[in-house]
Amino acid sequence: MNTVMFAISVLLAVAMIGAAFITILAKRPATAMLAAGLVSLFASVLFLFMAAPDVAMTEAAIGSGLTTFLFFFVLGRVRGGRS
Amino acid sequence: MIRRFAVFLLLLALGSIFVNLLMGYVPDSELNLTARYYAEHTAQDIGAANIVTAIVITYRGLDTLGEVTVLFLTATIIGMVLSQGQKHRALQRQLPPSGELLTTGSRLLVPLILLLGAYVFLNGHLTPGGGFQGGAIIASAALLLLLTDPLRRFSHRLISVVESVSGLVFVASGVLGILYAGGFLDSRILSTGTFGALFSAGVIPVIYSFVGLKVGAEFTSMLTNLAETEQS
Repeated sequence: MNTVMFAISVLLAVAMIGAAFITILAKRPATAMLAAGLVSLFASVLFLFMAAPDVAMTEAAIGSGLTTFLFFFVLGRVRGGRS
Repeated sequence: MIRRFAVFLLLLALGSIFVNLLMGYVPDSELNLTARYYAEHTAQDIGAANIVTAIVITYRGLDTLGEVTVLFLTATIIGMVLSQGQKHRALQRQLPPSGELLTTGSRLLVPLILLLGAYVFLNGHLTPGGGFQGGAIIASAALLLLLTDPLRRFSHRLISVVESVSGLVFVASGVLGILYAGGFLDSRILSTGTFGALFSAGVIPVIYSFVGLKVGAEFTSMLTNLAETEQS
């Protein structure tokens, strides 16, 4: 792994930790959900850097795609039920 | 205060474990025994360009069967729990329309997403990806349809037929492997073909396509059950 790749990986890792903290600390549920999806997205890019495209694909499809959508789907339902 | 301290202590312990792991990590200079076997023998024995797929479907096919079974059980249990008492409530309220952007965008995107999912599981033996990834992509198309119109209903009958047929084909091709090849879930009951062609690697493309359909159907049934609980 050359220096540029290493620098990008470290940047992604720091961004992941930042997004994870946003997920915990965010006041609005929508922000927390988006940040959680972001963690998965960065993780999938990191998997790609580590030469594991199959794992990266699963992470991107399920972790960042399906789960985030599902959270928003449920959020819409909960809000609709309350009003 | 004590609870917060305990959490802090727990985090510290976890952190020290990870730091120890990281400090003790030495990258292997060469592949270990199992990995070397897979890397050297996959191309001529199985004929799959993607070694991961050869491992998932053939060398460790039984694990994949177990994984698919676990997913099936999860979908069934979710369906069972969520379908309790959903028949009694009638539709009480009108939902707001989902917006022009989402409606038009999903009309354009859903066929493309379905196509990508089919591509991913059909080419699972050649390129990264395969049944599980393709199935998840197909389910995300169904999710997009549900987001656009939460009252849309998918045919439960179709979903369960697709799921059952896929599971049957998976197990049946595994049993055929005992009769015509080296053992249960041996993919060489069809010829391995030309390395890198679409119809190669024995029965792997067939199995992975059906795994893709099965996973897609299971995720879709979970989403549909979730969508139907609240309103109908």
